[in-house]
Amino acid sequence: MSRKAAIVVTRIAVIVAAIAALEILCRVKLISPLTLIPPSQMVAVLWELLVSGKITDDIVQTFSTVALAFLLSVAAGFALGALIHALPRVRRALDPLLASYYAIPFFVFYPLLIALFGLNKIPLVVIGLVFATAAMVIATLNGLDRVPRVMQKTARVMRLSGARAVLAITLPSAAPYLFTGLKLALAYAFIGVIAGEFILSGGGLGFSIAYAYNNFDSQTMYALMLFVLLVVTVVNGVLHVIEQRMLARRAGR
Amino acid sequence: MTARPLQSGPGSRILDTLVLAALAVLVWQGLYEYAGDSAITSPLMTLDYAAALLRTADFWGHAHATLVAFAYSLAISIALGISLGLVLGLQRFAGDVAEPIFVALYTIPKVTLYPLILLIFGLGVSAKVAFGVIHGVIPIILFTLNAVKNISPVLLRVSRVLRLTTWQTVTTVLAPAVMPELITGVRVGFSLTMLGVLIGEMFASQRGLGFLIINGISLNNVRMTTAVILIVVVFAIAANSLLLALDRRMHRG
Amino acid sequence: MNVASPAAPAVSDKPAHARLSGVTRVFEGKLPVHALGPLDLALARGEFFSVVGPSGCGKSTLMDLIAGLNPPTAGTIIFEDKPVVGEVPDGIGAVFQEDASFPWLTVRDNVAFGLRRAGVDAVEIKRRVDYVIGFMGLKDFTAAYPAQLSGGMRQRVCIARTLVLQPRLILLDEPFGALDQQTRLLMGDELLRLWRETGATIMLITHALDEAAMLSDRVGVMSARPGRFIETLTTGWPRTRDSNIVAEASFGAVTARLWSLLRAESLKAIGADSSGAAAPEAAAG
Repeated sequence: MSRKAAIVVTRIAVIVAAIAALEILCRVKLISPLTLIPPSQMVAVLWELLVSGKITDDIVQTFSTVALAFLLSVAAGFALGALIHALPRVRRALDPLLASYYAIPFFVFYPLLIALFGLNKIPLVVIGLVFATAAMVIATLNGLDRVPRVMQKTARVMRLSGARAVLAITLPSAAPYLFTGLKLALAYAFIGVIAGEFILSGGGLGFSIAYAYNNFDSQTMYALMLFVLLVVTVVNGVLHVIEQRMLARRAGR
Repeated sequence: MTARPLQSGPGSRILDTLVLAALAVLVWQGLYEYAGDSAITSPLMTLDYAAALLRTADFWGHAHATLVAFAYSLAISIALGISLGLVLGLQRFAGDVAEPIFVALYTIPKVTLYPLILLIFGLGVSAKVAFGVIHGVIPIILFTLNAVKNISPVLLRVSRVLRLTTWQTVTTVLAPAVMPELITGVRVGFSLTMLGVLIGEMFASQRGLGFLIINGISLNNVRMTTAVILIVVVFAIAANSLLLALDRRMHRG
Repeated sequence: MNVASPAAPAVSDKPAHARLSGVTRVFEGKLPVHALGPLDLALARGEFFSVVGPSGCGKSTLMDLIAGLNPPTAGTIIFEDKPVVGEVPDGIGAVFQEDASFPWLTVRDNVAFGLRRAGVDAVEIKRRVDYVIGFMGLKDFTAAYPAQLSGGMRQRVCIARTLVLQPRLILLDEPFGALDQQTRLLMGDELLRLWRETGATIMLITHALDEAAMLSDRVGVMSARPGRFIETLTTGWPRTRDSNIVAEASFGAVTARLWSLLRAESLKAIGADSSGAAAPEAAAG
């Protein structure tokens, strides 16, 4: 088998082995059921919850908040990134801020946001935005930077004006890097929203996990944790594959 | 010496950054005007309160708790992260298998795992440290792994031609070669570790700066909350800026 | 082979396709850089003219000026009896040193790009694109992406994309710079074939003296920065030439002459480059 196939097979084997080990340890009660329930049970409970529609509201709430934060951050991030790219002096001034941006523990602002906007979706969307927009701005700046200068010259020799040159040449050239920004923005939106729901909120998957924890309902809790893990991993995984394809098509540029 | 226009040079960059900082303070003031005392305190009042806080023993008691937990987390994250990263970077196959797993772990909302951590470690310092570690260890692993993977093979050939011993190769060629990327990983890990510890304190502890923040809101002591947030953010930015300067120096040399 | 001795290339009695008079280019900045000129140049319609010169002498700047990508600081540039002022005129095509093929489009879409943007109708596009693709030997690669092609093929795509717009003046800035010697020689033959078939005027910038000597009707030798033409050689080759011209006895003489002119300028260029400032200041130290 080729090396690539061997790697994928090994990876799957490792994951399966880890899950199997957990399963065995739980069933044999070496891990107390108060700490962790067997993976098979997690799946069973999750299935039941999904089918019965008990968590549908939570799912809708969390996903809609994430979607809102994501869409806003992508639009704002791209617009800001393009604007900053066009103003080198502003960019130089913002450089230290962008470099230290993700060092700031934004979650500490939650209580303030609640005090400002109340206990509703807004603080969650704001935190998601704050996280995700910066990633999109950085990715936009990077993507626009990487448009080779010769492309711009080509646009001018072909007598393409400003807007048409941007649409026909600049954007397609920057596309893979813009897509990376998209991927990161979604990941950050998930993190921001779910963490927010967990810490202080009245709804959504994050809150339900905390609620189940506080009520010693480990069955529901783990089922929900599994659900979030699966959804985020699958979504990010798909975006990652698409991103890699886009970059591979450019191989070496 | 010819006079240089204000456009160029580091002087203007500092000026620009100060202008941005001033803008940020203005926005803050605006928020205060809009939302009032019960939601947020004005910049001036916050500075005042923070200065007073920094003089109380009570504050430093909490700060000490946070710093101790943070120090433990960081030490563990660095030790674990670098050793795992080294092993996975050197063992090419294992590295290729494991890397996507860690990348996936990086993007999941770690808050989802918190109940599990709490169940394993109980409420207390060890739980806080565990939070910090799960946040900070992954970027360090990934950066170290990539640094080792990307060591140019020609460096190893040169070491062999120069007949260096293994120890000499590691200390005089490989270590300096990976150091810049390693430092970047530690810098990112530093901020994320701090974030993890703070979040842990926000809902699973009775001591620490995170606790002070959440507690402030529940006691309606908005001044406390805003002041502590300011102190934490300033510390985070300052620490990151120092590490960034180190990071840049390592990359330039 | 005859050598024209005056610094300015001989001006024929035919109207020039493009003419530069007293053109200078100075780059503004903390320290103004006098990159080019003052120089004069007249390109005859349908001729193959090469420019050689030491590195940093302003060859690429010259091309930017003729193409209208940058305005001259002084002097005039006339293309087809109209002045060129900071805008690219119709009828000029350019191929650059760096690979400018669009990685997100197939070869066919790359070649068709300019025509589609110009609003040419689909039937005409297909006809012209098919012809040029066949002409440039890209027929088996129409559905491929540039990343799947070699460097030489990618440059062919760029040339095809330019050709399909039927430019009357084609400017090439070291288009074969990134290719190995054998591929360069073959591409040179391609360029000659293209030149004969289209009847376009070609200006080629190259650092390879043999390439300039082999391909051109005339070769202009530029001085070190600020670049000026110190001499222009006329090769006198027949229009039907190809790379076998290297067998001609006079080929060696042309190349030797180019090098003897260039050697002195190249040494000057190295001396000037180490200080980064304009040549006279480099004399100290």
